[in-house]
Amino acid sequence: MPISSATGQEILETIRMVEMENLDIRTVTMGISLRDCGHTDPKVSQQKIYDKITKYAENLVSEASKIELEYGIPIVNKRISVTPMSMVAESSDIDTYVDFAKVLDKAAKEVGVNFIGGFSALVQKGFTKGDMNLIRSIPQALAETERVCASVNVASSKSGINMDAVYEMGKIIKKTAEYSKDQDSLGCAKLVVFCNVPEDNPFMAGAFHGVGEAECVINVGVSGPGVVLNAIKKHPTVDFGELSNVIKKTAFKITRIGELVGKEASSRLGVPFGIMDLSLAPTPAIGDSVSDILEAIGVERTGTHGTTAALAMLNDAVKKGGIMASSHVGGLSGAFIPVSEDAGMIEAVEVGALNIDKLEAMTCVCSVGLDMIAIPGATEAETIAAIIADESAIGMINKKTTAVRIIPVIGKSVGEVVEFGGLLGRAPIMPVNKYSSTAFVKRGGRIPAPLQAFNN
Amino acid sequence: MKDNKAIVTVLGQDQVGIISTLTNILAESDVNILDISQTILQDYFTMIMVVDVSKCKVGFGELKQSLLEAGEKIGLQVNAQKSEVFDFMHRI
Repeated sequence: MPISSATGQEILETIRMVEMENLDIRTVTMGISLRDCGHTDPKVSQQKIYDKITKYAENLVSEASKIELEYGIPIVNKRISVTPMSMVAESSDIDTYVDFAKVLDKAAKEVGVNFIGGFSALVQKGFTKGDMNLIRSIPQALAETERVCASVNVASSKSGINMDAVYEMGKIIKKTAEYSKDQDSLGCAKLVVFCNVPEDNPFMAGAFHGVGEAECVINVGVSGPGVVLNAIKKHPTVDFGELSNVIKKTAFKITRIGELVGKEASSRLGVPFGIMDLSLAPTPAIGDSVSDILEAIGVERTGTHGTTAALAMLNDAVKKGGIMASSHVGGLSGAFIPVSEDAGMIEAVEVGALNIDKLEAMTCVCSVGLDMIAIPGATEAETIAAIIADESAIGMINKKTTAVRIIPVIGKSVGEVVEFGGLLGRAPIMPVNKYSSTAFVKRGGRIPAPLQAFNN
Repeated sequence: MKDNKAIVTVLGQDQVGIISTLTNILAESDVNILDISQTILQDYFTMIMVVDVSKCKVGFGELKQSLLEAGEKIGLQVNAQKSEVFDFMHRI
């Protein structure tokens, strides 16, 4: 086929990836700075926010849909991330920011995006007045809005862990669960607690537009666990060196598609291209599972011995392949291991192969953390805070991003299953350790930043 | 390196009239065919056409829709995509 540079076989490979292996652009996310929207009068500030978002993102959905059609690559989500709201709302003379969340929700609905991220605060070292107001507004804000996502960064390798924030977030998660108990505590699925949060992540629920970012950017998140799974299945007996090469080549191809879509979206919208985030983000669809990849690598069930090593290899190979394919890789880039969104993970939990302790170990080598895990509604705030502290410690010491998106499902206990529906999937309620962490959590203050040398 | 080429792929059971059905639609819209190749892959009829859409009288979406619908009527899966997708994925 001399006229197009790709061969017939390559053309069919691309088609197969999309048609049969669920290759898709998971999200095109427009990052918008709201730093110029603060005002002492909250009503004025909210109007400025609404006007700016609806102006900048006016054509986001329509242009993304056109690209989707012309290139034949599905773009599953179109989203927006904004400057952490605590910094914008802080100038206003009020102490609850629920109305700011509502204005984000309204703007998201107006431009047709399914999520808007940035009801956020960065408190790894301490709280400002605005940070505290924002955090305390989260439960009500998430209950009274549909598309708003919240995130709070409580720790970093440079600053240590803000244990006061960790305890506060334990209580906030409980309260968010209570406020949304009619929907199986769904509010908590829109709330992430981070350590070392990236400021250019396009994936929800943790996306926001960092303070060092430009006025407006396009970030793209691409995903394809099914494509990687099928590539691995074709090589059932090769050694790890060769297997890593197979994953790298596949990740490269997937990322190229994201790069193409990102550049095209950026030029059509007249907005600079920020970063490409190559993350293996599973969905409940059959075959679109990170757990299936781990099992294809050779563990009988995700969670058994060897799982952490398999995940480490996968995560690293995905990054290596993706980095060469794009001019700017950023965000989280790696493998996500959400439980409820991955049919293979759910099964592994149900047969008893996977528990919260193993998941915690896996987060040492995956791209994020404890994600979409349902726990009993009766779990104490102090226990949730201690789970956050453990995850933060892993991120802080290993200089990586970690996160906790955990759902204490009010009224449910171990043995029951909660159905969130759609991309959020379903989750068996997982047991937590029955012993108390209360005295530990109640010490408060900050865990000092770790040494950056003597890494043994 | 933007050009106006698109790739039309056809997958399904071999039968009489596949090419004529699709090329009629292309001709009506002033789309020139640059190359055609066809093979039988694992019992599946597979055809790839490289076409020039620079003079196309209808929008790309509309063209794609008519090809898709014509394909569906005779039980074929038809795809039309801008050619950059393939070049970008498989060439550095």
